[in-house]
Amino acid sequence: MNLERKARVLIAKPGLDGHDRGVKIIARAYRDAGFEVIYTGVHQTPEQIVNAAIQEDVDLVGLSCLSGAHLYLFSEVMRQLRERGADDITVIGGGIIPKEDVPKLREAGMKEVFLPGTSLAQIITWTRENIKLK
Amino acid sequence: MFTVKTLDQVRKEMEKWLVEIRKVLNHSQTRPESSTVSNLDIKLIYTPEDIKDLDFKTNIGYPGLYPFTRGVQATGYRGRLWTLRMFSGFGTASDTNHRWQQLLKYGETGLSTAFDFPTLMGYDSDSLRAHAEVGKCGVVIDTLADMEVLTKGIPLDQASTSMTINPPASVLWAMYLMAAKKQGVGWEKVNGTIQNDMLKEFIAQKTFMCPPEPSIRLISDTIEFGTKHVPRWNTVSISGYHIREAGATAVQELAFTLANGIAYVQDVINRKKMDVDAFAPRLSFFFNSHIDFFEEIAKFRVARRMWAKIMKQRFKAKNPRSWWLRFHTQTAGCSLTAQQPFNNVIRTTTEALAAVLGGTQSLHTNSLDEVLALPSDFAVNIALRTQQVIAEEIGVINTIDPLAGSYFVETLTNEIEEKAWEYIEKIDKMGGMLAAIERGFPQLEIANSAYKFQQQLDSGEKVMIGVNKYRSSEETLIETLKVDEGVEAEQVKRLKEIRRVRDNRKVKQELANLRAACQSNQNVMPYVIQAVGEYATEQEICDVYREVFGEYRDPGFF
Amino acid sequence: MKLLNRVLKGDVRAAAQLIRSLEDDVPEAVAELKDVYLHTGQAYIVGIAGAPGAGKSTILESLIDIFRKGNMKIGVVAIDPTSPLSGGAILGDRLRMQRQGADEDVFIRSLASRGWKGGLSKATMNTVHVLDAMGKDIIFVEAVGSGQGEVDFARIADTSIVTLIPGLGDEIQMMKAGIMEMADIFVINKAEREGSDNLRMSLEAMLSMTPHQPNTWQPNILLTEAILNKGTEQLAKVILRHKDFLISSNKIEKCRRRRAELELTAAIESTLHHHLETMSGCLLVKLIDDLVLRKTDPKSAALKVINLPEQK
Repeated sequence: MNLERKARVLIAKPGLDGHDRGVKIIARAYRDAGFEVIYTGVHQTPEQIVNAAIQEDVDLVGLSCLSGAHLYLFSEVMRQLRERGADDITVIGGGIIPKEDVPKLREAGMKEVFLPGTSLAQIITWTRENIKLK
Repeated sequence: MFTVKTLDQVRKEMEKWLVEIRKVLNHSQTRPESSTVSNLDIKLIYTPEDIKDLDFKTNIGYPGLYPFTRGVQATGYRGRLWTLRMFSGFGTASDTNHRWQQLLKYGETGLSTAFDFPTLMGYDSDSLRAHAEVGKCGVVIDTLADMEVLTKGIPLDQASTSMTINPPASVLWAMYLMAAKKQGVGWEKVNGTIQNDMLKEFIAQKTFMCPPEPSIRLISDTIEFGTKHVPRWNTVSISGYHIREAGATAVQELAFTLANGIAYVQDVINRKKMDVDAFAPRLSFFFNSHIDFFEEIAKFRVARRMWAKIMKQRFKAKNPRSWWLRFHTQTAGCSLTAQQPFNNVIRTTTEALAAVLGGTQSLHTNSLDEVLALPSDFAVNIALRTQQVIAEEIGVINTIDPLAGSYFVETLTNEIEEKAWEYIEKIDKMGGMLAAIERGFPQLEIANSAYKFQQQLDSGEKVMIGVNKYRSSEETLIETLKVDEGVEAEQVKRLKEIRRVRDNRKVKQELANLRAACQSNQNVMPYVIQAVGEYATEQEICDVYREVFGEYRDPGFF
Repeated sequence: MKLLNRVLKGDVRAAAQLIRSLEDDVPEAVAELKDVYLHTGQAYIVGIAGAPGAGKSTILESLIDIFRKGNMKIGVVAIDPTSPLSGGAILGDRLRMQRQGADEDVFIRSLASRGWKGGLSKATMNTVHVLDAMGKDIIFVEAVGSGQGEVDFARIADTSIVTLIPGLGDEIQMMKAGIMEMADIFVINKAEREGSDNLRMSLEAMLSMTPHQPNTWQPNILLTEAILNKGTEQLAKVILRHKDFLISSNKIEKCRRRRAELELTAAIESTLHHHLETMSGCLLVKLIDDLVLRKTDPKSAALKVINLPEQK
C-alpha cells in the first residue's frame, strides 16, 4: 500500500485585512512543492480557521496578518486549537510583524514566524523538516 | 520624425557600433540583456529608428491638448504644483485630527484619510469582528460624531480631503457632507475625493462587502449625487495602486485600471442615462509609482493618452475636461524593505521623482518605516520633505514633460500602450470588467505576476537590496509608532454613549427608508445622509446594504 | 486505538483523521473501514456539479443553513483538481461555505482529485462513509467544476443537481459530456441575469424531448440567486420531495445498487492495480518472456495474472 502520506497545509488570513498577495504566493509555492493546500481565503475568524484545520486534518496551519492585530488573532487561533485538543498541528505565521512580537507568538505556541524577505524555498524546506506526518 | 536618409545612416552606424560594443560586453560583468521590474525587455540603446513612426502632434503634442501625453495642465507645475498629500490616520478621530494639524503645519497641502479595518469593512468598533483592529491601521469612524471630531478646526470650504474608503464610501462621504453642513459650509464649496473604487477591490485589495453588481450601482449613485449636489467632489478615484501592490506589472496596473474606468463610465451612462460630459470631468485616478524609474514615467504619460482616446473615441465625450486623466500617486509600498529601512528613503525619492516627471497632480510619499508600522512623526516628516526637495530644489519642474522625445522613453511609452490595449480588448471580449472579474481573469493575471516576481527574487534574477543582496546581519533599530491599546475600549464607550443619546426611533425610520431605496432604483445618497444625520452607525447602514444586496466572498482564484 | 468508536460518537477530530488515513491508504485505516462500512447506509447523498463560477459552493452554503434549521446534520465533500505537474493541489471550495464555520454539526472536507477521473477522487466514497458513520443526515458531494466529464457524482448520489448560470453557454459542453441527462434537478443560479429565461427555455426544450413516463421523476428546473438565499428554500424542498419520491417508488434501491456497483468496480480496479504493482516480479518477467517468444498472447497472460480460467 501507499505509505507515503500526502502533506496537507491550511493557509488562512484571520482578521479584516484583505491583502492576500503573500498568502496566495505561499499557497502556490506549497502546491508546486506537492502539498495539498486548503485555502480559506481572507477575512477569517480564528474559530473558522481552527474548525477548518481540524476538519481537514492538516499538518500545518499558515497564518498571515498585515493589519497589526496579529498578537490577538494568532494567539486566539492557538488558544482554540489547544482548547479543542488539536495543538499538535504545527502553526506558522507571517506578515507585518515587529521583531519584538516574535517571542510572544512563540510563547503562544507558534513554531515559526517568517518575516519579510524569507524565500519560498526556505519556507518549504522548513515545513518539510518540521511537520510530523501522522 | 526623421528622413529616410537619416534613418539609413543611423541603422548602418548602429550595426557597426553594436559589433564593437558586444565584444566589450561579453567580457564585462554587466548583463547584456535586461528587463524592467515588470519584465519588459529593454535594449542596450535606443535610436531614432525606434521612434521613426512617431508623429509629434498625435503622439506627443502639447501639454493641455489632446491626447495629453505631456500633461492635462497647459502650464504644468509652473501654473500649479502637485498637491502634497500624505495619507494618514490612526487611533481615534481626535488622534488623527491632531496629526492632520501637524502635517498642515509642515506644509502639506491636502488631507488624506486612512481608516482602520473595521471602518473599511463596514463594522462598528464593538462588533466581534472588529476586536483588536480598532484604530490600528487607520482612524476609527463609527458615527457622524467621530467625523465631527476628525474635521474639527479644519475649514471644509478650503480643505481638500481625500478619503480612502470603498465599500462604505457612501456612508463616510455622507458623514463628511453632514460635518460640512454643521460647519455652515455649502456643498457647492466642499472639495475632496472618496476612493469608492470597488472593482479594484475584487481584483486586488479584497476589501469587499456586497457583490460586484450592487457595488457598482452604489458607485453610480454617488457619481450621480455628486454631479448634482457636490460639483467639486471627486466621487471615484479609479485606482491602480492596489492592483500594483497585489503584484501586477506596470502594464497590468494600467490596463485593469483603465478597464475599471470604462466599466464605471458605462454603468453611469446605462443606469443613470446621464450624458458622459456631465460627470466624466470629475473622475479621478490613482496610480502606483514603482521602483523602475523609466517604466513608471512611461506608464503615467501613456495613461493620459489612452484615457483621452477612450473618452473621446469610445464614449464620444465632447468636453475636453472629460478627456483628462487627473491622478494622485503614491510611491510603492511593496518596493520598501523591512531590512535596512533607511534605504527606503532612496527608493521613495526615486519613485516620487518618476511621478513628478510623469506629471502627477497629487502625491503621497511613503515613510521609511511604513513596511514596519504606521509612520512615526519623524519618518513622515522626511517623506514630506522629500517632495519639497523635488519641488523646490532640483529644478525638475521648470520645464513640462522633460523626457518627451527621448528615443527610449517614447518607445517604452508606445510599448506599454500597445500591451495595455491588448488587455483591454481581451476584457471587452469577455463582456467587460464585471464578467472578467467573475471569471477571475484579472485576479489570476496578477497572482501569476506576483508569483513570478517572488520566484525571480528567490533566484536573484531581481534584486532588492538588503533582502536578497547586500544583506546585513546588523539590525537597524528604529522607533515605530505604537497605537495605544486603549483606543478600542475608549471608542466602544463613546459609541455606546451615542447609541444611548440619539433618537433611536428616528434612526430606525431612516434605516427603513434606506432599505426601501436600496430595494428600488432610487439614489441611496439622500437616505444615507438622513441616516447619518440621526447618528446611525456605519455598520447599521452597511448591514442594510448587506441584507439587501448580499455579501461577497473571495472566490479564491488560483 | 479504535477511531471508529469515536467516529460513531460524532468525534470530529477522529473522523477527520480517519478520512485522512483512508485517503492515504494507511493499512490500519483500511482495515478499520470494514467496520465503518457496517455502520453506513443511513445518510442521504446529494451530488452537485457545474462549471467553475456557477455557484455550487454558494448554493451549498445556503442549503446547509436551511437544512440546519430542520436540525439535520450535514456533511460536505468538495473535490478540487490535483495539479498534474507537482501532485499538489489548492483546495478552495470551503472558503465559500464558511458561514457555518463554527457549527459542530456541519463537517466540510476538501479532497484533491489525485488524478482520478470523473469529477470525484478515489477517496470520495470512503469520506462519505465516514461522514455517514458519524451520523450525518445529508451528505453533499461537490464535483470538480470542470463542466466536462464529471459524471460520477451522479452515480454515487441519490439526488443529482446540475448548476448552470446564464450567459456562459456551458450547457452545450455539458450536454455533450452527458452530464445533463444525469440531473434530477437543474439549478439556474444568478438567475437575475440576462439570459436566464432563454436558458430555462432551452432546458425545458431539452427535457421535453424525453417523453415523461409514469412513475418516473421529471427533472425540475429551479431559479436561484444563492448569494441572497433566493430560491434555495424551494431547492431544499425539491430535494426532499425527490427523496420522498425515491423512497415511495422504491427507486432508492436502484441508487444504492448503482453506488455499490461503482464502488465495487473501483475496488476491483484498485485491487488489481495494487496486485499488479506488488506481484512477484518473476511471474511478470516470465510472462513478458512468453509474450516475446509468442508462447502466449497478452489477454491470456493477463488472465493468468489474476488467476482466472481462459475464456472460450
